Amino acid sequence: MMHQPIQKHRPPLRKRLADASEPYLYSAPALILIAAVMLVPLVVGISYAFRDIQLLNPFSGGFVGLDHFRALGQDQAFFGALRNTLWWTGASVFFQFTFGLILALLLDKPFYGRGLVQALVFLPWAVPSFLAGLNWAWLFNPVIGPLPHWFVALGLMDEPHNILSDPHLAMWGPIVANVWWGIPFFAITLLAALQAIPRDLYEAASIDGAGPVQRFLSITLPFLAPTIAITVLLRTVWISNFADLIVVMTNGGPADRTQIVASYIFTQAFRRLDFGYASAIALVLLALLLVYSMLIVLLRQTMLNKG
Amino acid sequence: MRPGKLLLIGAHRGAILVYVVFALFPLFWLLKVSVTPNDLLYSEGVRMWPSRTTFEHFNFVIAHSAFPTFFKNSLIVSGATAVVVTILASLSGYALSRFSFRAKYWIVALMLITQMFPLVMLVAPIFKMLSPLGLTNSLTGLVIVYSAFNVPFATFLMQSFFDGIPKDLEEAAMIDGATQFVAFRQIILPLTLPGIAATLGFVFTAAWSELLFALMLISGNDAATFPVGLLTFVSKFSVDFGQMMAAGVLALIPACLFFLLIQRYLVQGLTAGAVKG
Repeated sequence: MMHQPIQKHRPPLRKRLADASEPYLYSAPALILIAAVMLVPLVVGISYAFRDIQLLNPFSGGFVGLDHFRALGQDQAFFGALRNTLWWTGASVFFQFTFGLILALLLDKPFYGRGLVQALVFLPWAVPSFLAGLNWAWLFNPVIGPLPHWFVALGLMDEPHNILSDPHLAMWGPIVANVWWGIPFFAITLLAALQAIPRDLYEAASIDGAGPVQRFLSITLPFLAPTIAITVLLRTVWISNFADLIVVMTNGGPADRTQIVASYIFTQAFRRLDFGYASAIALVLLALLLVYSMLIVLLRQTMLNKG
Repeated sequence: MRPGKLLLIGAHRGAILVYVVFALFPLFWLLKVSVTPNDLLYSEGVRMWPSRTTFEHFNFVIAHSAFPTFFKNSLIVSGATAVVVTILASLSGYALSRFSFRAKYWIVALMLITQMFPLVMLVAPIFKMLSPLGLTNSLTGLVIVYSAFNVPFATFLMQSFFDGIPKDLEEAAMIDGATQFVAFRQIILPLTLPGIAATLGFVFTAAWSELLFALMLISGNDAATFPVGLLTFVSKFSVDFGQMMAAGVLALIPACLFFLLIQRYLVQGLTAGAVKG
């Protein structure tokens, strides 16, 4: 749609209406689907948080006010899940980002066979998450997996046992699987950003006598900074909600040591069929994520004002 | 060449090798156990390759288990989702790319928000809503749910591909008397074929991998997708590792094929986007 300051010949009303509605017609099917399958259930789910909804109990459905939230305040498993979520998200994002950045820097240099190497190292990203979880669960299994035997050989373990059933170490299982699975995402995004840096900047810098470290610190990092900030912040939200690997590998066990908030919601809905309580936890999670997003927006504003 | 430089190149290649091994080893192990005969599985321990290989696990999985059904269900669900999403996302991506209209800001905001909030909180309400419509335990239900989840990202993806095509093309066609929709269909869409292929691949892979909603919405074997079938299998026959891993290798095939087709221009497409913006 073009707005010209002076319109000599105004087209007839019908034509103008048709023009104005055209973009809405294009986007309507997608919007209707999103509204029906995501927004309506979101609102319904929020209402569940204040009602007693249990799938197996036909007499449930009544309004219970804040009862679920009072129960949540006493629920030690929920607070444990909150702590686990921080640990799971922090460790996963940190290792995925660090190893992803290193991989992107390695792939940014041209070498023979780069196309093939790129395809191979990005492959884990295409592995379905449930399969990545099962695959790593099997690797940690002393009966068929090599990892426990290697740990013993390295002196890290006295005898081969499964770290997924060890309450103190179990969280490392899903974290390692998540790092394996998520490195390509960071590497792809950062590699794309790296390749967008104008090459002549590096040449100019080396003519001026800048060493590799200096070039990295004063050219590469400043150029990458916006991409890094956005991907890390978005990925943090995504990983904190990502329950697949945990559901597949440990199901939250042993003794809830790997239960994160997202998998706790799923457990309440799927195994206990307590939709009301599950929705109450989900509402708390949503509120926490909103606060986090607000902080990001504020941070961005302050950074923009400075710059 | 100076020895220092040679050392640097050696370190670079070495580091790359470490990444390749780390990325491929789990998949290699999956393949290795799937071709190891049962009697060697426990006796040979952590050997890198069994002294004898067999395809009996694959035979069993393909001929005597429900996996072909799961495979077919997953293909139907992922294929249908990919087609539906790509059609809807081409339309909405085109709207975002070519028009400036009042609600555009809100549409973008809405789609971004759907990427942020925890989908797991929709598990219960979606189940409750689909159940009276007869859409639980049905492939159609899964296609509807997956389509909605994937439309926002696919829209942004398609938009970035449309942005890469000069506007003059359809303006020329419209001067010649074509409506914008005709120009879109006959000139712009054919030019976006690579973008359409990438979107199909992305959505197919996403739908193929989805686990939580499939677990919640599907209960019988008839409508089970691959993840649901495999997890049921694992909890039922948790000792037969050879068969489970053979099934796992089969589940890997379609996703990897799609990935190998699109991966080359994954970075390319993202680079183009990064250069522009």
